Amino acid sequence: MRKGLFFIVSCLVIGLIFTPCAWSKTKTIKIGINAPMTGDIPKVGEGSKFAAEMWLEDIKAAGGLEVGGKKYPVEVVIEDNESKAESAVKVNTKMITEDEVLFIVGPQSSKQAIPAGEVANNYKTPMISPWSTNPDTTKDRPFVFRGCFLDPFQGPVLANFIKEEFGFSKAAVLYDVASDYPKGLAEFFKEAWEKVNGPGSVVAFESFTTKDADFSSQLTKIIRSGAEVLFTPQYYNEVALIVQQAHELGWNKPIVGSDSWGSAETVELCGKDCYGLFFSTHYAAAGAKGATKAFIDRYNKKHGYVPDDVAALTWDALGLVKASIQSCGKITGNVEKDRQCIRDAMANIKEFDGITGKMTFTEDGDPIKCAVLVRISDKGEYEFYKSVCP
Amino acid sequence: MVFFFQNLVNALQWGSFYALIALGYSMVYGILMLFNFAHGDIFMVGAYIGFGVATGITALASFGAIALPNWLILVLTIIISMFLTSFVGILVERLGYRPLREAPRASAAITGLMIGIILETGNLALLGAKRVRFPSLIETSTYNIGGVFVTNKKIMIVVVSLLLMFALHQFVRRTKWGMAMRAMAFDYVVVPLMGVPINTIAAMTFAIGSALAAAAGILFGVAYPVLDPYMGIVFGWKAFVAAILGGRGSILGATLAGFLLGFIEIFVAMIFPSTLRDLIAYSIILLILAFRPHGFFGEPYSARLRL
Repeated sequence: MRKGLFFIVSCLVIGLIFTPCAWSKTKTIKIGINAPMTGDIPKVGEGSKFAAEMWLEDIKAAGGLEVGGKKYPVEVVIEDNESKAESAVKVNTKMITEDEVLFIVGPQSSKQAIPAGEVANNYKTPMISPWSTNPDTTKDRPFVFRGCFLDPFQGPVLANFIKEEFGFSKAAVLYDVASDYPKGLAEFFKEAWEKVNGPGSVVAFESFTTKDADFSSQLTKIIRSGAEVLFTPQYYNEVALIVQQAHELGWNKPIVGSDSWGSAETVELCGKDCYGLFFSTHYAAAGAKGATKAFIDRYNKKHGYVPDDVAALTWDALGLVKASIQSCGKITGNVEKDRQCIRDAMANIKEFDGITGKMTFTEDGDPIKCAVLVRISDKGEYEFYKSVCP
Repeated sequence: MVFFFQNLVNALQWGSFYALIALGYSMVYGILMLFNFAHGDIFMVGAYIGFGVATGITALASFGAIALPNWLILVLTIIISMFLTSFVGILVERLGYRPLREAPRASAAITGLMIGIILETGNLALLGAKRVRFPSLIETSTYNIGGVFVTNKKIMIVVVSLLLMFALHQFVRRTKWGMAMRAMAFDYVVVPLMGVPINTIAAMTFAIGSALAAAAGILFGVAYPVLDPYMGIVFGWKAFVAAILGGRGSILGATLAGFLLGFIEIFVAMIFPSTLRDLIAYSIILLILAFRPHGFFGEPYSARLRL
C-alpha cells in the first residue's frame, strides 16, 4: 500500500517536472460546457452532459482530435449555471479566463444564452448555443453561434400548423413574462397568428412569472375568452401544471407547445393529461434513420432513455466545434489567436449535415433548418407528425 | 357571474395554502417573537416527506398484496407526514433557535434563512435536481356546476385545511397546553418564571407549525404535482406576509389573511393583465398595512418587542 502510494506520488512529481515541456509538445484543446445541471430544468443539463461525454469518448477512442495532421488531447469542462442568467455569465467568465477554453457550448435556454453570449463576444471566445432559439443570442455578436432554428421561424410554423390542422381562428397564449424564450416566442406567435387570422384573433394573451404554480385565474380568463386553442411555450416543469390545471377547469380543446416541451421529462411529469397534444421541435426520435438512429440507440443503451432534442442538438453543436477546429488547421497554444482562428473557421462553415438535419448558415451565424411537429402518442411517446422547412 | 364563481373557487384553494403556512409563522412569531424564515422550506420538506410516505405505503401495499383504497393512502400519508415533519420542526428549534434564544432577534432571523438554505441544498444533494412528480393518489373527477368547474381535489383541499385550522383553534383555546402557549405569547419573560416550561412550549409550537406546513405540502402536491427543492421560498415569503397581516399570534387572523391573500392574487389577475398581478396585489396589502399596522387582530405593543 505504502509502496504504491510512494510510486504514485513520485510519478506525479515527475509529471509535474516535465509538464511545461509536455505542454509545448501536445497542447490540450479545452471545450467548455455551460449547462443547467441544477435549477429549474436539470434534465436539460443532464442531456447536454451525456451528449458531451459521448462525444469526448469518440475523440478519446480516436486518440485525440486531429488538427493539421497532429493529434491533440481534448478536455471538456462542464460547469453548472443553475438555470440562472447571472450564474451563466459567471460560468462563461470563469471558463474563458481561468480554464482558457477555446470554444464554449451552451448555455441552452435563451434566458441564459443571451447574457452569456455577451460575455463570450466581449472576450472574443467562440460560443455556440445548441438550443437557444431567441434571435438576440447571436445578433451582432460575431463570436456567438447557434445550432437550432430561430423563434421568428418557429412562431409562424406553429401558427400555420394550427390553422391548417384544425382550422381555428381564435387562439390564446399563456407564457412566462420573466423568461426571454417564452416571452419572445409568445410575441412571434402572436404576430404570425394575427397575420393569418387578422388583428384581434389572439383573444387572450396571459402571462405569469417564473416559479408560479397556480395558473387558475389566467386559465379561467382564457377559457372565458372563447379561444379554440391554447399555445404555451413553456419548459417541461410548467407544462405539466398548466395542462393539468386547464383540464381541471374544463378546457378540452387542443393545447400546443414549442421546442421547450421536447424534454424527456415532459411526459413523465405530465402523465396522461399531455397525451394527444402537439408541439414543434428540432428532431423526432421515433422513426429516425442513419446517424440519428445510431446516436439515439447508443444514448438509449447507455443512459436508459431516448435522448431529447437538447442532447441531439448538443451533439451537433460539438460536431460543429470539431469541424471548425479542424478547418482552422493549427493550434498554436496562444489562446487568443486560436480562438480567433476557430471563430473564423466556424463562420466559414456553409453547410453541416447533423443528426438534427442538414443546416446551412446565414451571415449572423444562424442555421437554416427544418422544424418537426411532434404528437405525444397515447403511450406517451413523441411521434413524428410532419416536418416544415423554410 | 360564472366567471366570478370560478375565480372564487380558485381563490379558495389557493388561499388555503397561504392560510395553512401562515399559521406556522404566526404561532412561532406570536409565542417566541421569532421570524422563522425556514418555515417555507419546512413546507417543502413536508411535501417531499409526503411524497416518500405515499410512495412507501403504495409499495408496501402492493408488496403485501393488500388492496388499500387510495383515499386511505392519502389520509395515512397526511397523518404520518405531519408526524414526521413535526420532528423536523423540533430539530430546527433545538439546533437552530434554542442556542440563540437570548441573542438579538436579527441573529435569530438570519438563522431561519440559513436553515432554509441548508434544507434546500440538503434536499438537492440527497435527491438531485430532478423534479419529482407527486403520485396522483385520488383520481380527479371534475364536476360542472352550472358552468363552474370544481374538482374533488379542490373540495378536499379546502375542507381538510379548514378542519386543521379548526382543530388548532380548539387546541389553543381549550387545552392546558394551549393556555400555556397563549400565556407565553402574552409575556415570554415572566410566564416561564411561573413554572411554564419554555423549552417544551417552544418545541411544541414548532412541531405544530411544521405539521401544518407538512399538511399544506401534501395538499399542494395533490393540486400541483411537480415538486422541486426551491418551491417553498417565494411561497414562504407570501405566507409570511399573510401571517403579519393577520396580526401577531392570531389564529383567526392568519387564516383570514391567508385566504384574503389568495383572493387578492386571483382577483387582481382576473381584472387586470396577469403580468401586473403581484405588483397590484402586494401594493394593496401595503395599503392595508398602512392603515392597520398591527394587522387585523394584532394588539398594539411596543416595549416588550425586542427587535
